[in-house]
Amino acid sequence: MKRIRIDEKYCMGCRLCEVHCIVQHSKTKNILKTYMGECSKPAPRIFVEEKGYVTFALQCRHCEDAPCLDACMTGAMYRDKETGAVLCSEDKCVGCWMCIMVCPFGVISRSSDKKIASKCDLCMGEDMPVCVKNCPNEALKYEDSKD
Amino acid sequence: MAKRPTPTEFIVERDKDRCIACQVCVRMCSNDVHIYDADTNTVTSDNSKCVGCHFCETLCPTDAITIKKNESSFKPNANWSVSVISDITKQAETGGVILTGMGCDKPYTIYWDHILLNASQVTNPSIDPLREPMELRRYIGRKPDKIELDYNKKGKIELKTMLEKQLKLEVPIMFSAMSYGSVSLNTCISLAKASHELGIFYNTGEGGLHKSLYKYGKNTIIQIASGRFGVHPEYLRTGAAIEIKIGQGAKPGIGGHLPGEKVSKEVSEARMIPEGTDAISPAPHHDIYSIEDLRQLIHALKEATDYEKPVGVKIAAVHNVVPIASGVARAGADYIAIDGMRGGTGAAPKVIRDNVGIPIEFAIAAVDARLREEGIRTKVSLIAAGGFRSSGDVIKAIALGADAVYIATSALIALGCSQCQKCYTGKCNWGIATQDPYLTKRLNPEIGVQRLKNLIRAWSLEIKDMLGGMGINSIDSLCGNRTHLRGIGLSDRELEILGIKSAGEPQ
Repeated sequence: MKRIRIDEKYCMGCRLCEVHCIVQHSKTKNILKTYMGECSKPAPRIFVEEKGYVTFALQCRHCEDAPCLDACMTGAMYRDKETGAVLCSEDKCVGCWMCIMVCPFGVISRSSDKKIASKCDLCMGEDMPVCVKNCPNEALKYEDSKD
Repeated sequence: MAKRPTPTEFIVERDKDRCIACQVCVRMCSNDVHIYDADTNTVTSDNSKCVGCHFCETLCPTDAITIKKNESSFKPNANWSVSVISDITKQAETGGVILTGMGCDKPYTIYWDHILLNASQVTNPSIDPLREPMELRRYIGRKPDKIELDYNKKGKIELKTMLEKQLKLEVPIMFSAMSYGSVSLNTCISLAKASHELGIFYNTGEGGLHKSLYKYGKNTIIQIASGRFGVHPEYLRTGAAIEIKIGQGAKPGIGGHLPGEKVSKEVSEARMIPEGTDAISPAPHHDIYSIEDLRQLIHALKEATDYEKPVGVKIAAVHNVVPIASGVARAGADYIAIDGMRGGTGAAPKVIRDNVGIPIEFAIAAVDARLREEGIRTKVSLIAAGGFRSSGDVIKAIALGADAVYIATSALIALGCSQCQKCYTGKCNWGIATQDPYLTKRLNPEIGVQRLKNLIRAWSLEIKDMLGGMGINSIDSLCGNRTHLRGIGLSDRELEILGIKSAGEPQ
């Protein structure tokens, strides 16, 4: 499947990926409206880790052996058959946060407005996830992984 | 009054209706211009720290930032300009030399803009480079005066003349010397890899060679300057050619100074100096006080490398450049690189950058003419450097007599540089002129290589177009062919030195 590859050597830590992730998952998908008009802007689904000068943007790895799939009691977490991505069905999620507990990368968070889990959905419907598309230094790449 | 702040150079204009307080600018500015206030969730700016590098403007996701020149309240004055007043104020406060980076920015005449190219009409058909082959390949190095043939034992004709080692350039453009230390490793990697893929050369400057760059040795001109930094047998063997740097166009007559803060562990290894110490290159080479001394060094280097590599000499374009170049040619140099006064630098005293040297246009024309007069033009190749902005400048330099052109400022602009002239601070936001690990990673060599390749590709396509227009199918036929140039808006004396006719004068 196509995955997001992180090149931490070239991540500047600007967090533009976060900004664009928020906008992509907002109601209007308009940056000004998202930040200034909408009553609650979504939480970012990408997390920029920083230690010293090393920074990188981490998002759901869409694990082959995803613990969140096993931990989910309602079956809200599922693997998309077509793309292989691990997605969360909002209708089924009850907000038990078990996925957050088991995620080894800590990349699942609580949605800002609803009691549901929020995670990277690889921007389904777009050619390329917006974090990758908008990274000014190509520190994120969207590539076919070998597995 | 004891202290008067220097006037603010730029104003950061922030459109309040568009600023989403995402803090990208706050995180990215190495000069701490942007300040986030968590209480009010707003971003403000400290204009006095802005150097005008436009990095924040480039990254701002909502285009909320515009960097504008501060139209200061000083009364307009042609003599006492804002920069003059600022410099005097700074010096009154510090008692120091004003430093700057990049090339001379004073409005001296740019002669390239006063030279026009020819094109074919009716009597001499032009060539379409899309349909017919067009040769841009150049060889740099000493050429034989004549070709001698002899009969071998079998009675067959054989070539007797041995050709000296040459540098083969696929395009008559090379990347000029920029040392690892003055620029980041990612910049060096971008230049090296692009040169490798383009079939041209880049120059190490006097920073030695980082261990990761040895693999690009075939496309590397290694430099030996007055500080002899990083020179060792392996270094000499690795390069495709050796360049002795006597002077630099931005600061002729003075040495170099890389501050200790920029001498990181890796820079210290490449330069072979202790970590954190200032790297000071003396103004002269202390073993070169005459052409004879230069000859000794050239031959010592040739001896050390088994006569396998061309040895060139880089000099700054100064008033006496003509006899100096003639001497350098006679000293046995395979090429002479002449750096004009608009050539860039990582750091130089502003007064020297802006007042010393002569434009490359005159230097190249005068040197080419003299070497021809003396009958030694074939003995040496000429490389012009110093402020080449476009393929137009390159082709004019070649028609004036240069064999190839060195570019560096244009290459850095391709990598992002916005000519803020603050290279000497080591805080380059674009990750070019810095060793700060927070900043160097901003230049992704993969992107850098592609942009440099694009630039050279674009220029070579344009050069082919211009050559075709002149009815020439090889760049060799244009070298020193000044009949293709005409001057406009120049005095008789200027035309005479450039060796070109005025616009309107027929062949």
